[in-house]
Amino acid sequence: MADTIVVTDLVKSYESKNAVDGVTFSVADGEFFGILGPNGAGKTTTLEMIEGLREPDSGSVSLLGMSPWPRNSKLLPRIGVQLQASAFFEQLTAREQLHTFVDLYGQSMARVDELLEMVGLQDKAGTRAEKLSGGQAQRLSIACSLVNDPEVVFLDEPTAALDPQARRNLWDVLRDINDRGKTVVLTTHYMDEAESLCDRVAIMDNGKILQLGPPAVLVRGLDAPVRISVEQAVLDADSARGLPGADQVEQDGSSTIITTRTPSPVLSALAERDALDGLQVRGATLEDVFLDLTGREYRA
Amino acid sequence: MRAFVSLARAMFKGFLRDRTSLFFTLFFPLFFIIIFGTVFSDQGAAKQKVELVGEVPLISSLPADARAGLDEVFQLSTGDDLGAAVESVRKGDLAAAVQQQGDTIEVHYSAADQVGSATVLGVLNSFIGQANIAATGSPPKYTLSQQTVEDASLKAIQYVTPGMIGYGIAIGATFGAAMTLITWRDKKLLRRLRLAPISTASVVGSRVVVSLLVALVQLVIFIGVASLPFLGLKLTGSWWMAVPLTLAGTLAFLSIGLFVGAIAKTAEGGAALANLITLPMAFLSGAFIPLEVAPGWIQGVAKVLPMGWLVTGLKDVMVRGQGPGAALLPIAILLAFSVVVGAIATRFFKWDKA
Ligand SMILES: Nc1ncnc2c1ncn2[C@@H]1O[C@H](COP(=O)(O)OP(=O)(O)O)[C@@H](O)[C@H]1O
Ligand SMILES: [Mg+2]
Repeated sequence: MADTIVVTDLVKSYESKNAVDGVTFSVADGEFFGILGPNGAGKTTTLEMIEGLREPDSGSVSLLGMSPWPRNSKLLPRIGVQLQASAFFEQLTAREQLHTFVDLYGQSMARVDELLEMVGLQDKAGTRAEKLSGGQAQRLSIACSLVNDPEVVFLDEPTAALDPQARRNLWDVLRDINDRGKTVVLTTHYMDEAESLCDRVAIMDNGKILQLGPPAVLVRGLDAPVRISVEQAVLDADSARGLPGADQVEQDGSSTIITTRTPSPVLSALAERDALDGLQVRGATLEDVFLDLTGREYRA
Repeated sequence: MRAFVSLARAMFKGFLRDRTSLFFTLFFPLFFIIIFGTVFSDQGAAKQKVELVGEVPLISSLPADARAGLDEVFQLSTGDDLGAAVESVRKGDLAAAVQQQGDTIEVHYSAADQVGSATVLGVLNSFIGQANIAATGSPPKYTLSQQTVEDASLKAIQYVTPGMIGYGIAIGATFGAAMTLITWRDKKLLRRLRLAPISTASVVGSRVVVSLLVALVQLVIFIGVASLPFLGLKLTGSWWMAVPLTLAGTLAFLSIGLFVGAIAKTAEGGAALANLITLPMAFLSGAFIPLEVAPGWIQGVAKVLPMGWLVTGLKDVMVRGQGPGAALLPIAILLAFSVVVGAIATRFFKWDKA
């Protein structure tokens, strides 16, 4: 079956700058797809061209087999879009916001309570949108994007500016949406978020896609070393250098840090010596992938 | 249709729950109506102080309505000491002291206060005349009906009310449309709606309907309050033409609001621009000060301002007793204005900030 989204050589420039500079990718039905990149990378612009909010300078977008530009009223009932957590009617309660969107999409009123429950806002139903916390407002705006039970959901940085706990709560909501069979396209500047949620992720910088694939594959492809640290008291640097597979050993305060490309023999040797106190193993992350691709530290 | 009703309901609720918009569209004009209506209502001459010494059956046995008439010109007090009362008249503390002995009414007045004593004597004379006629048992043949030419238009509430209705409607419609457009664009709600399967006509149409509704609510409340006894607005014959005038005026200022909303980038900028347009216009249109007492150039300027036509039209039908036809030209001009400015606003309209 055809891909849900096919983007080919998309370009959009503002003044002299190319916000999106030749982007090509496709998203399969039911996939959780992430666009990851620092601020200004061109994520929002890419997303908005797919949604049909902006006209590409060149290139093409096919969404559910149709072109989203110009405003395509056949497409609108089939997609759900979360733009920004403030896109609410002023002074209306959470329930009234949903009620209004349910009306706009011609859905049944039963949806209102279903959605409130789905995003866990039942006890905030009577609260005005302005009075919701950041995380609650994000969840409400996601609920609003789901009123029409869309086939494809677009979420633009849904967890931006949330505290870690609220972010994790929201991840559960997003996984749940994807588990219901919906194709989800999400932009984020959080590496861990992309790693944890997405089936595939496109790493974007300066309007271009640098790398695309499942997060685990991208990380593995790096062939980056693993850092193993143990307490200095159980293993000093000199004995660590004697371990099989230890490429490099450093001393950092009270820890001994071993860098290795073959963590298995190192770990079994440590176990043999009963030297596992305070053990920490840190593998490569998407952050290392970004560093590798751009030669600079990732800073959201 | 469902989308349209839903949007209209959302906007109307938003309006009712927003203190600032309620204040400026309802309470602010109402405040002016009440202040000007009460402060300037008592423009008649000061009442004359008259003391009744002993029993004065001519006055104490007057029927209630006649007594009320007397109370409008006299501030009556009673006393027993003729000497003291006459002394007060001499000092100017009283305009007159009145005594009745049998069928004779005795008035003590001071020639020093000519206006006061003339008023008292004139009023008492007419009362005695009426009492004499009544005593004959036959109905009076001649009656004098008094009608000042300026009567209606001179009373403050009569010109304050249409002026404030015009101003209230203007700011209600201008701010309503401008703020909806600006905040919805700013919060990306406009773009969110653009991605919903609804027509632009639903969005614009619901805003228009809500503005018209708000204006009618304003009209009812302003007229209702101004008609309360302590303010005493007296509407003239074809005042109901104020309804179509209000609707046409709302459309005109709605188009101004859409224009403001289309060119302003922030809510603050939009509010400032909307005030910059409506406030001076109110002064130049006879909303605050009657055009009749304004300098000639203002009267000229009022003729090219939509609020000028609105306020003049409202005054003509609501308090000047003109026929329904008097509202037709203002309505036509306001509608034409709406079309022209609305078209300009559409030109400048943007879904997005950038
Ligand atoms: N409407 C616009 N006008 C001018 N420049 C824009 C506009 N929208 C985005 N840009 C620029 O395009 C680049 C990409 O922006 P954006 O897509 O919003 O990035 P991201 O969502 O990844 O942070 C940025 O440099 C931004 O400043
Ligand atoms: Mg963005």
